[in-house]
Amino acid sequence: MLFGATVRSPIPHARIDTIRWQPEKAPAGAFCLTALDLPGPNGVLLLNDDWPILADNEVRHVGEPVALVAAASRLDARRALAAVEVEYTPLDSVLDLSEADPENPLAVIQLEHGDVERALGASDVVVEGEYRTGHQEHIYIECQAMTAWYEPDGALVVKGSMQCPYYVHKALVHALELPPERVRAEATVVGGGFGGKEDYPSLIALHAALLAKATGRPVRIAYDRHEDIVGTTKRHPSVIRHVTGIDEQGQLMAMDVDLLLDGGSYTTLTPVVLSRAALHAGGVYRCPNVRIRARALRTNTATNGAFRGFGAPEAEFAVERQMDRVARAMGLDPLEIRLRNVLEEGDELPTGQVLDDTTSARLCLEKAAALTDFRRRWSELEEERRQRADGEPMRGLGLSAFFHGAGFTGNGERRMRSPVKVALREDGRIEVFTAMIDMGQGSAVVFPQIACEAGGLTEDDLVFAEPDTARVPDSGPTVASRTTMVIGRVLAEAIAETVELVQAWWRGTKDLEEDLTVAEGAVQSPDGSSWTWREVAASYVKEKGSLEVSRRYEPPAWQQLDEETYQGVAYPTYGWGADVVEVEVDPDTLEVKAQKVTAVCEVGKAIHPTLCAGQIEGGTLQAVSWGLMEEVKMEEGRYLNDRLATYIIPTIGDSPEIEVHLLEQPYEGGPFGAKGVGELPMDGGAPAALAAVENATGIWADEIPATPERLTAWQEAGDVVESIAGEATKRSSSED
Amino acid sequence: MTRALTPSNLREALSLLGEDPGLVPMAGCTDLMVTDPVERVELPAVLDLTRVRELRGIRRGKEALEIGATTTFSEIGSSADVEELFPALARAARVIGGWQIQNRATLGGNIANASPAGDSLPVLLVLDATLVAASTNGERRIPYTEFHVGYRRTALEPSELIDRVSLPIPVPGSVQAFRKVGTREAQAISKVVVAMLGRVEEGKLADYRLAAGSVAPTPVRLAEVEDSIRGRSVGEETASLAGSLARAAVKPIDDVRSTATYRAFALERVVRRLTLQLI
Repeated sequence: MLFGATVRSPIPHARIDTIRWQPEKAPAGAFCLTALDLPGPNGVLLLNDDWPILADNEVRHVGEPVALVAAASRLDARRALAAVEVEYTPLDSVLDLSEADPENPLAVIQLEHGDVERALGASDVVVEGEYRTGHQEHIYIECQAMTAWYEPDGALVVKGSMQCPYYVHKALVHALELPPERVRAEATVVGGGFGGKEDYPSLIALHAALLAKATGRPVRIAYDRHEDIVGTTKRHPSVIRHVTGIDEQGQLMAMDVDLLLDGGSYTTLTPVVLSRAALHAGGVYRCPNVRIRARALRTNTATNGAFRGFGAPEAEFAVERQMDRVARAMGLDPLEIRLRNVLEEGDELPTGQVLDDTTSARLCLEKAAALTDFRRRWSELEEERRQRADGEPMRGLGLSAFFHGAGFTGNGERRMRSPVKVALREDGRIEVFTAMIDMGQGSAVVFPQIACEAGGLTEDDLVFAEPDTARVPDSGPTVASRTTMVIGRVLAEAIAETVELVQAWWRGTKDLEEDLTVAEGAVQSPDGSSWTWREVAASYVKEKGSLEVSRRYEPPAWQQLDEETYQGVAYPTYGWGADVVEVEVDPDTLEVKAQKVTAVCEVGKAIHPTLCAGQIEGGTLQAVSWGLMEEVKMEEGRYLNDRLATYIIPTIGDSPEIEVHLLEQPYEGGPFGAKGVGELPMDGGAPAALAAVENATGIWADEIPATPERLTAWQEAGDVVESIAGEATKRSSSED
Repeated sequence: MTRALTPSNLREALSLLGEDPGLVPMAGCTDLMVTDPVERVELPAVLDLTRVRELRGIRRGKEALEIGATTTFSEIGSSADVEELFPALARAARVIGGWQIQNRATLGGNIANASPAGDSLPVLLVLDATLVAASTNGERRIPYTEFHVGYRRTALEPSELIDRVSLPIPVPGSVQAFRKVGTREAQAISKVVVAMLGRVEEGKLADYRLAAGSVAPTPVRLAEVEDSIRGRSVGEETASLAGSLARAAVKPIDDVRSTATYRAFALERVVRRLTLQLI
């Protein structure tokens, strides 16, 4: 086995003049490969293939792969990097959204519902706000890693850490110009993903495969944390501008949202992230006139990609903070402004989708408020802030309400019609074939649970195939909170159908008149006879041969989105939530400690309540720390904090107590009523944390992370709540 | 591969170092092992001090408390003598890194690594510590205020090891304070760290010592601030003055952990607060 390493650009934007491989300077036997050596198209196929496998004439971000080396050990591979001499001519670079060219976007989405201009003109109060969010690193425990080899029959195999084996498969087939059946992608047990193992594994798999092909040896590439931070995708930074019109009763009249995402240097999944951002930009509020203009722009930074929430956390951060701003302007408390505007059954989203009886925003808000005595405590802390003695800790409470569309956006699920296959084995067990990955979220527990429930089986009656593209069908990627809701449902159907076929056959062979029941792994007839599932199923295979059942997901017929106008039904259902975050801020240093989060989430049906609550705890923590501490710091396009000592994520000592309350309004399209859960908790933690800081300190925080450094600067600049209330009053009186 | 020499006593350690002053002394490894793997294997040989018993332990004398160089922060943080005599040092020992780090990391290592952000270093400065260095030529006593001579540079000779730190037992009535402003609750490198010692007599500060870390290329004792504050009556006015003088006395930088502006701000506020609390 050889070990691969990657030569990366040190410059954000440059022309590559020469690449010289000097083997005499490298450890003996080392090997080098550049874009000139590629056997096929130089593109990683995702939505398109503009993402180069290796830069050829131009590099567009620091850390972009320029050449690959392979050597006998990991250290030798690292040393061989120094033997690759690259000459660059630096070009002008665009380092963040403020410098990006709005005329040359990676993607654009516009939707309008009603007449925003007219409604803004007719509003009693107009409130404007601008909100910014930064990059976020996934910090999965396991860094990106992939091993590639060729089987004796010439088939290419890659094995490694990935959420989407078929994405990797597709990219390999495309770039290596191989027939699909000559390529296998196999996922190992995945040590965390959060979206980071959705897009990037295709690139590292290509790198390992190209080196394996060129050297004729198995090749392993495993990033250390430093390289993982420098090289891989991140959450899109955003700048989101809101102009909101309100009538004198505090009802929303108009929302005008201008949303920018920093896509980085290549397309990857950015258009889909932008789409989800646009579809969540109006938040959980009823508003008759909404305009959302969303653009993703190019910068010379590492390409940004999938990250838990997929654009929705950025969009909902902005709208939630804007609602707090509106509340200040109207002299209402944060709960009241939300209760007056929250979406309910029968209301319309900006897409025109009419919400059904699984709409639980009000339920979540009222529950969270009641659990925390929000209104009284928030007001008391507002009062306390104005008369707090020197040195007293500053305590505050913040609220957010949020939602998350479950499953693929728009017509995605219809295009895929994801299959699940199950097959009877000779021993009577049912083997289940899906491409879904357990990356810590618990599908390895939830799937057996769903299958047992659907078929009346026990876990011992089931075997789950490893996610290997040679064995499992393309049931789509493990993303978009779709695993339980979409694939879980198909799994339940396939199991139920299999059990029904087998028990009907058994009834026939036994000449029984009445239906048999299958429960807890036993097949029982009304006359009291009983057999184990496995003996019955084994007899079936022995008598009739193997049985395979494939079922595909059929999204509801009414889930149709017009991809031009963005009118229609983007998601068949939504998960809903409300967070109350409690913080204590140090009166001297403005260090913020999140002490408690009360997270109320409506999930349809919690298939496994402990794991479901675990998802919500983890997502809430990730969201709160995105809001308060996680910051990718850059200088001239280079990451300054490319290690865990400097990219700050919470330790257990920083983690608030998280109290999760699960509510259930079953969605008939999901298995046993379940909605998607994985991403929902990522949407609410950050805005609620900043709102709590505001309640504690009076500082108006509109950018995350709200670090003590930023809070200090905002305080000095006079960004405090009193100035917002004043501004809005002036505007309203001048427009009267 | 890196060569490791493993002396079993101090004499042997010093003689190995005397023969090859290029050896890198190694104790808890918490700074050494996190360096880049490619660079790490390029290290010259290391001198493993973990078997040198003489370097480890806390000894209480009449005039001073002595802490051996390879004493871990867990040992320091749980020592009744340290808690009684030097509560600021005990507190610092309990916030360095996390529990795992404190179990390995040593006082001598923190000193020798000479990071401007080393949490224990400002405490040693205000405690008027003396560092005892040892070599084959015998011992040399270095006032700790003269030890850090520049960014990551110290007064230690290549042939010397840090043997122990001697802390004079404070005059009764002295109050010590310590505050770390880090990037998070644990496993954090300081943005600002402040140590203070004061003694109030008849409402006035008869003694006032102040040191800070992460605000200059080395940990610094702020002697000019001390001179201006000593003798003043305790209270808001003196505390605010101490804070603003401290802020004016340092020139922190922007780096990956914080900004110059925030460091100056936090230093001022923390110095004010700790000074108020000396009463």
